[in-house]
Amino acid sequence: MSTPTAVASSSKLDSKCPSGPLAERWQKHKFDLKLVNPANRRKFHVLVVGTGLAGASAASSLAELGYSVSAFCIQDSPRRAHSIAAQGGINAAKNCQNDGDSVHRLFYDTIKGGDFRARESNVHRLAEVSVNIIDQCVALGVPFAREYGGLLANRSFGGAQVSRTFYARGQTGQQLLLGAYSGLMRQVGEGKVNLYARHEMLDLVVIDGIARGIVCRNLITGEIKSYAGDAVLLCTGGYGNVFYLSTNAKACNVTAAWRAHKRGAVFANPCYTQIHPTCIPVSGSHQSKLTLMSESLRNDGRVWVPKVGDETRTPDQVPDEARDYYLERKYPSFGNLSPRDISSRAAKQVCDEGRGVGGSKMSVYLDFRDAIVRDGVDAIRARYGNLFQMYERITGEDPYRVPMRIYPAVHYTMGGVWVDYNLESTVPGLFVLGEANFSDHGANRLGASALMQGLADGYFVIPYTIASHLAGRKFGKVTAEHPEFRRVEQEVRERIERLRNAGGKRSPDSFHRELGLLMWDKCGMARNAGGLRQAIDCVRELREQYWQDVKIPGDAANLNNALEHAGRVADFFELAELMCMDALDRNESCGGHFREEFQTPDGEAKRDDANYCYAGAWEVDASSSSLAWKLLKEPLVFENVKLAERSYK
Amino acid sequence: MSSSHDTHAAHDAATSHGAHAEKKSMRLMLHVWRQRDPSAEGKFVTYKLDDVSPDMSFLEMLDVLNERLIAGGDEAIAFDHDCREGICGACSLTINGQPHGFESETTTCQIHMRRFEDGQTIYIEPFRANAFPVVKDLVVDRGAFDRIIAAGGFITARAGSAPDANALPVPQVAADAAMDAAACIGCGACVAACKNASAMLFVSAKVSHLALLPQGQAERNSRVLAMVEQMDKEGFGNCTNESECEAACPKGISVSNIARLNREYLRALASSD
Ligand SMILES: Cc1cc2nc3c(=O)[nH]c(=O)nc-3n(C[C@H](O)[C@H](O)[C@H](O)COP(=O)(O)OP(=O)(O)OC[C@H]3O[C@@H](n4cnc5c(N)ncnc54)[C@H](O)[C@@H]3O)c2cc1C
Ligand code: SF4
Ligand code: FES
Repeated sequence: MSTPTAVASSSKLDSKCPSGPLAERWQKHKFDLKLVNPANRRKFHVLVVGTGLAGASAASSLAELGYSVSAFCIQDSPRRAHSIAAQGGINAAKNCQNDGDSVHRLFYDTIKGGDFRARESNVHRLAEVSVNIIDQCVALGVPFAREYGGLLANRSFGGAQVSRTFYARGQTGQQLLLGAYSGLMRQVGEGKVNLYARHEMLDLVVIDGIARGIVCRNLITGEIKSYAGDAVLLCTGGYGNVFYLSTNAKACNVTAAWRAHKRGAVFANPCYTQIHPTCIPVSGSHQSKLTLMSESLRNDGRVWVPKVGDETRTPDQVPDEARDYYLERKYPSFGNLSPRDISSRAAKQVCDEGRGVGGSKMSVYLDFRDAIVRDGVDAIRARYGNLFQMYERITGEDPYRVPMRIYPAVHYTMGGVWVDYNLESTVPGLFVLGEANFSDHGANRLGASALMQGLADGYFVIPYTIASHLAGRKFGKVTAEHPEFRRVEQEVRERIERLRNAGGKRSPDSFHRELGLLMWDKCGMARNAGGLRQAIDCVRELREQYWQDVKIPGDAANLNNALEHAGRVADFFELAELMCMDALDRNESCGGHFREEFQTPDGEAKRDDANYCYAGAWEVDASSSSLAWKLLKEPLVFENVKLAERSYK
Repeated sequence: MSSSHDTHAAHDAATSHGAHAEKKSMRLMLHVWRQRDPSAEGKFVTYKLDDVSPDMSFLEMLDVLNERLIAGGDEAIAFDHDCREGICGACSLTINGQPHGFESETTTCQIHMRRFEDGQTIYIEPFRANAFPVVKDLVVDRGAFDRIIAAGGFITARAGSAPDANALPVPQVAADAAMDAAACIGCGACVAACKNASAMLFVSAKVSHLALLPQGQAERNSRVLAMVEQMDKEGFGNCTNESECEAACPKGISVSNIARLNREYLRALASSD
């Protein structure tokens, strides 16, 4: 492994990471941060966009501190944010199992899991506060699984050799979100948070270089309206739906982050996409989304394909010696619990070799036969009953008898808006939390760490760091009457009218599907320079066509799902180009970014620390007449871990 | 469910991302509720589909119809949905008179077309209840549920002040029972299924979840009183023990929670004065 050379850092990208011993940095930073006088807090109006785990926890915590808060979400209720769908669990370094876990180990696992492409300081802070998250959630009434004695139970998740994942059956995200949501609704009930459900942020308003508000569309009435504030928090989730098919909920989108990007916020590592290894395979061209089978299934399920491609026997008739348990074979110490990127690529590899199963040969088996023999069918039902039921509903197959068939699918996006240690973007006053930022997972996220990060950001980081802006900078009050709000509102209206008046023939959905296929093909699990260049050309061409040929019946002054979708697809088109550019720039393989040109002889990702140990942050080039970007680099410095080959063998 | 060759072969027609060999498609006659806005008058509009794959989900079937409508210049049918895996509680269709259709413990988005017959007629309406006004087509306003939670469906716990989670052991049975109740997805099918449009199942699920946990004790009385008061304000009807709610509930929330709610309410009344 080569040693990193100094990457010239951009002055725009000051990470503001504290110095000193790693374990003391957050404490020190908290002490150094200014405080907002309690009596002044209610004078500050904070706009929180998004009410998933990150947004609900942030909005409720800030309201609790006394700030005046407005919260916005697309769904009819904050309780329906995409976080609700997380199944498996949430990590925390509580070492409840006495199995050698510690804050440092969670820190190390996360850095390594991210293939050494995340900031040490951020990741350590995340590991530190993880402990408090579980306490906070329990206090809110989250019914985590318990052991007989009443103590918290844990399970193991991919990429870790300790058992540190807390869970509530297969509905961990639901229970965590309902906890955060109940805290948020309490503040709504007390009049401390104004809640705007079915409101979509369509633009960011920047005045004198500071984020001062947002422009939203009321999704019921179509009204375009501005909201002014003293800080804007984007908690708007990930952009996996750029691929059309993903495990994300249908409303997940990049619009808020993208609009902020177009207004100056730098966007980092867009090419880092997580492909989840255990999803239900595509069943046909009508497919509207993909369903994840929780990774926890890999605790007991064994992944295999037949040794030969022309195996004709049904799976139960294939004897062990004719099966290739390829994860156990290739990664003996992690086996079926190997990290997601590695497991996904391994599945792609065996399918590319022609050894996949199912009619299309584009899936692999996840087999519970041995676990059922070992623990009994009741034990397996107790552990995974609802997941098995979900699988059977969708596929019509009974996984107690026939092995599940799984294939990787787009699941999570590590990239996002670039933020510093305070979670502030390059636009002062604009903070970004949860999956929407790029911060903590490097090039690959470990299972059960997204819920942890969202809640860490909202409950335990932003309540402190927002003061760096509110108390640390001088800025006057503005209202939504300010001419800049009027100007941006006008732009938003014009954009909507342009889409509506394109007068074309194709639905937004049909374009979205086409874009998704292209991205999956060229910028999915494996990428190469030729394919990426081609994809960039195709995306541009398709985007051009989109604005000419999209068709949106219905009017703008009413609920109009096609119109909502159209705006989001337009932004996905621009993001798609940047993802390909970022993937093309990164001449190495790391985590979720696998460039075919850069692999070891046995097909493992080959990092290039000498040249690519940086976060790639893209800034819109305002001097260009067409959409163009400049690449800024934030060098990643590792003082506490040794850059090593990420081996799970 | 059988794992016969049939289902297996059927499923194997699938491919990854894209082209696939279509198998026997179904024909359907749909009567869909269309209503421009809350004040407009609504009516059923009939659509015929003759290319429905049995592997489609119910919502994918509507997607296909919507694509067809858009292509023909008509406005798509509005319906709520998001996760499409039975957990967000957004989807809310009354199918042939039953909220979330006829399959037990299944949300609208989890229904697959293989459960219908070729040639079948299907009526699709929004969830009906006075407290859930129609917004457009199949979309209703369930904001009343949020307001009930805001009134009392929480435990007051400030970030930063929580004690160690293991300091307060929760017996496994209590955790499990709380989890059973906490599984409610707030979809409102219970209200739509009830002839009185009562919200008792929804409210009782939240009251039970929190009352069963040691953390929920401090606000046990004030919570139930506030939630019931808000429920009444929202215009939901009274419970007359028909149990239609339980039958419609996609998450198997039991009516025994309603009995607990009644006990909790009486207990709180008794101790409040
Ligand atoms: C199926 C599935 C299972 C998962 N399981 C796990 C797991 O077991 N463990 C784990 O750690 N992670 C898991 N994850 C990942 C994790 O769920 C997400 O990363 C996380 O919940 C994101 O939370 P968030 O608060 O950042 O965003 P979200 O929950 O996505 O919330 C986004 C919010 O932003 C709003 N919004 C978006 N755009 C706008 C706009 N323009 N205007 C207004 N509002 C807007 C939305 O309405 C919503 O309220 C899973 C993900 C999936 C897809
Ligand atoms: S109790 Fe059942 S039917 Fe009623 S809202 Fe909850 S999940 Fe839906
Ligand atoms: S769409 Fe989420 S429960 Fe049906």
